[in-house]
This record gives sequence, structure tokens and C-alpha cells, in this order.
Amino acid sequence: MTEALRHARYVLGENPVTAFAFVLFSLLVLCAVVGPSLAPYDPLASDTARALTGPSAAHWFGTDQLGRDILSRIVVATRLDLGIAVTAVALAFGIGTVAGLSAGYFGGWTDRIIGRVVDTIMAFPLFVLAMGIVAALGNTVANIIYATAIINLPIYARLARTEANVRREAGFIEAARLCGNSEARILLAQLLPNIMPLMMVQVSLTLGYAILNAAGLSFIGLGVRPPTAEWGIMVAEGASFIVSGEWWIALFPGLFLMAAVFCFNLMGDGLRDIVDPRQRT
Amino acid sequence: MIPLRRLATALPSIAGVIIVTFLLTRALPGDPAAYFAGPVATQQAIEEIRHLMGFDRSLPVQFVDYLRQLAHGDLGTSLSTGQPVLSEILTRLPASAELTLSALLLSVAIAVPLGIVASVRPGTWIDHLCRIVATAGVSLPVFFTGLLLVYLLYYLAGWAPAPLGRLDVFNSAPTRWTGFYLIDSLLAGDFATFRAAFAQLILPAVTMAIFALAPLARITRAAMLAALSSDFVRTARASGLSRRRVVYVYAFRNAVLPVITTLGMVFSFMLGANVLVEKVFAWPGIGSFAIEALIASDYAPVQGFVLTMALLYVLLNLTIDMVYGFVDPRVRLAA
Repeated sequence: MTEALRHARYVLGENPVTAFAFVLFSLLVLCAVVGPSLAPYDPLASDTARALTGPSAAHWFGTDQLGRDILSRIVVATRLDLGIAVTAVALAFGIGTVAGLSAGYFGGWTDRIIGRVVDTIMAFPLFVLAMGIVAALGNTVANIIYATAIINLPIYARLARTEANVRREAGFIEAARLCGNSEARILLAQLLPNIMPLMMVQVSLTLGYAILNAAGLSFIGLGVRPPTAEWGIMVAEGASFIVSGEWWIALFPGLFLMAAVFCFNLMGDGLRDIVDPRQRT
Repeated sequence: MIPLRRLATALPSIAGVIIVTFLLTRALPGDPAAYFAGPVATQQAIEEIRHLMGFDRSLPVQFVDYLRQLAHGDLGTSLSTGQPVLSEILTRLPASAELTLSALLLSVAIAVPLGIVASVRPGTWIDHLCRIVATAGVSLPVFFTGLLLVYLLYYLAGWAPAPLGRLDVFNSAPTRWTGFYLIDSLLAGDFATFRAAFAQLILPAVTMAIFALAPLARITRAAMLAALSSDFVRTARASGLSRRRVVYVYAFRNAVLPVITTLGMVFSFMLGANVLVEKVFAWPGIGSFAIEALIASDYAPVQGFVLTMALLYVLLNLTIDMVYGFVDPRVRLAA
């Protein structure tokens, strides 16, 4: 335990920006876990008497066109936004890594088929493919998650394939094989732990991208539906009020969205500097 | 011969794109025949439509039919406008292309010099600026940047026109030559329309450019740093070549290669961002066409849109490949 703590302190002390990103990340997780009890108002309770009022002491971020408290909606939305992104990235990570590892390790037809599937996904502009998938499968939150997972899959598959390919003839793999380990065991117990640090960097970077993607989809009216509180939808709802000067409806959810993505990107960059100093830019 | 061989490398991608779009069409929620027949259709009418549209045949046969339709340029008919999807997309494509290309030019014009200066003077304010731009730019939701710019420059400052399409109500569209309003209005010698179209274009183009700027600036800086620390640059310096010549001819000529490769990824992002920016600025391109169709549950235009975008992207990647071969003599020789 002390070992892990010391390592964590080293990681965070190395770069104050990374430490800042981790603090931001903890706040986001806190909002996601206990958000509903933190929110000062009911996120769905409308109060037309207070509609479209600017930031005040009672409503820090103002109220929207139905008089709902924007701060409460933002805080409550954290769980949904992070939930979509984390589930999608977990799916992409799980499937993509196993596929990439098998492709790189077995080579031959496995490699060719998986490579072809990955290339086909990459042949689409990714956000457009996500739109097409959600349109075809149906307009639900689950399908937003699947679409986001599919467009993130190639990154993991390619990375895992390269790393597995480099290591397939390595001494420790040969040794494991000689000891009679099954191929599946070699993949998951020998290869996977070796590429984990690199993959975690990708997880952090793609989480940011997944949040942006999901918010973009709900901004154009796919997936999450009103009156559910979600950052993309809240910005979309505020969009029509921007031209008449009611800036707070779109601004605050947009800022939260940005902060979340920024946090994951900073964390990813920080982790990469530690894992792979050559990539430092 | 070389271009032909390059063209052939795009064929598997095109085949993959067509297969996926076909599968997406056939995965429509519910029963497509019942959907096309309308809510009051009898069971017999639904069966008839099912037969007419070929949904009762096997999947491979349907696929051949789909290919035959594609070969005739038939992407189906939009239910909401009653027009063939292909002609709808072709009329709207120039609007999207004008926006995306202006944004791309703008972002390259800013990102490349910024990356070069940052790499030549590491640790100075401009280097930090480049780093901030590179990290913040990728974190900005493109629809949010757009709204922010509208609020600041239209509502508060009053510099920009209302975010309502390609032209304001006082100007009519120029005669169609290329479909690019900027070019068409110049060809017609109509400077008032040119100015109006340009004013409408600025905000959406800047929004998209900010989005594309980050990866380009980041890769330019990294590639220039790598090139500047290489042996041939040291040799060039030691030979007494001017600083300008070393940076722009020796280092930049090599650093431009990864930048061109990154353009492929940037295009993937931009074609997606295009949809969001078009929604924010009510830009009448294929992105807003697709969104309208999505909201109306009109699937043929959506599938046509996905296919068009994917084919465009394959073509763009092919072009990037060719430019790469043109810029890098080693690739030309190897081929």
C-alpha cells in the first residue's frame, strides 16, 4: 500500500498540471456519485415564474426557459455523461484490446480479418459513422454507448496489435509457452499486463473524446432526450437563447463539458509523459 | 501507373464502406416495409411494399440490388421533401465544402507557422501558447465554441451578421457555377454579395478552424523539433547555411510529411464537426440536411449522407496519399 502511495505521489509531484487534472477528475467523480444529493434543487422541477433568470444568489447559474435550476441540472448530468463515456470506453477497451492482441500475437488470418474490420471503421469519418449507427439501431442511450464504443475500438485494436506483434517472440512469452500455458492465458496474463500502461494513457485520452462525441450526438437530437439533464442537450436548449442574450443557459453546461474533456486530456498527457517520455511534446 | 496502384489501395475501403452502409440500411428499427407503407396501411399493402422493395428476398440478393441502385446513382427518395436523395445532397454539398475548405485553409495558415515558431524558440511565450492551443483546442466542444463566438461577436459586439445561413436576406444567391458563393459572386463581379457571403462565412469557418488547429499545431511543433535535432540539420548549420535556409528548407521540408499524414485524421474530425457547426449556424449544407432527416425519422437521406461522407473521406485520404508521394521524393522512388 505504501508502495502504491509513494508511486502516486511521484506521479502527481512530477507535474503540477497532472495533479490539477487529478483533482478535477476527483471532483467529477464526486459529482457523478453523490450528484443528486448535492444539487440544491430538483433538476426536473420547472417553475415558470422564475424562467430565464440570470445567475443570482438563489440560482448560481441562473434558470432555463422552464425555470429549472441550471446548476442542479449540470451536477446531476455528470453521472449520465461520465456513465456513457466510461461504459463506451470500457467496451472499446475490452473488445479492442483482445482483438488487437490476438491479431498481433496469432498473425495470419486472424490478423487479416481483424485488420480489415478496423480499417473499415477507420474509413468513415468517425462522428458521421456514430450518427449512422444510432440512426440505424434506434435513438436510445444504449445505442449512443455502442456507437461511441465502435468508433473508439480501432485505436485500442491498433495499439494492442503493434505491441503484441513486437513481443510475440520475446523470451518471457516463449518461456510461458514452454511451461504449457494456454494461448488465452499467455495473451491475458503475460502480454496484457505488459501493455497496460500504454493502454491506460489511451483510456484517459479517449474518455475525453467519448464525452465530446456523446455530447455532440445529443446536441443534434440523438440519444438522450429532454427533459433528461445532459450537458450536450442543455447546450442545445440554450443555443436558441444565445442570439437573444440569455448566455447562461448554454454557457455553464458547455463549460462543464469542456472542463471534463480538458481534465481527461491533461491526465492522458501527464500519464504519457511518465509512461513514455519519448512522446513528450 | 503509380496513381493507378494508389487508386487500387482505396478499393477495399470503398467496398467496406458500401457493405457497412448496406447493413445499416437493413438494420432500420422495426419493419421498414410497414414504415414505408405508412400508419394506415393494410397487411396486404405492407406485403406488397415488402415485395416491391425487395425485403422478402435473401440478404445477398438485396445487396446486389443495392449495388445496382448505387451504380445508377440512386440513393432512394427523401420522404420529407419527396426529392431524390442524390440531388438533394449534390445541391447542398458545395455549402459544406466551402465551409470545410475555408476552415481547413485558415487552420493550416495559423497552425503551421505557430508550430514552426514554437519549435524554433522552445520555452518562450509562443511555445507555451502553442502548447495551450494544442491542449485546449482538442477539449473544446465545437458546437460550444460556435455558440460562444455568436454570443461575443454577434450579440455583444455586433461585428458578425446573424448566424442564419450563407447569405442575409438582403442578398440573393449568385448564379451557380461552382456552388461556392465566394467564387460565384466574384465570377459574376458582384462584390456586395461577395462581402455578404464572406461575412456569413467568417464565424462558422473560425469555429471549425479552432477545432482543427490543435492537432495540426501539435504535430507541426513535434515534427519540427524532431527535424531540428537531427544530424542533417546539424550538418547544415555547421556548413554555415543561413538560419532561415536551415529552418525552412532543411527542417520544414522534412517536418511537413507528418503534418500531411495528420491531415487525414483532421479531415475525419472536420467532416464530423461540420455537422455540428452547420446546426449552430443554420448552414444549409449536407450536415443540416442529415439532421433534419434524422429528426423526421427519414432514413434514406441519413444513409445517403453517411455513404457520401465516407466516400468523400476515402477520396480525401487518397488525395493526401498522392500529395505525400509528391512532396516526399523517397516515396516516389520507392513506388
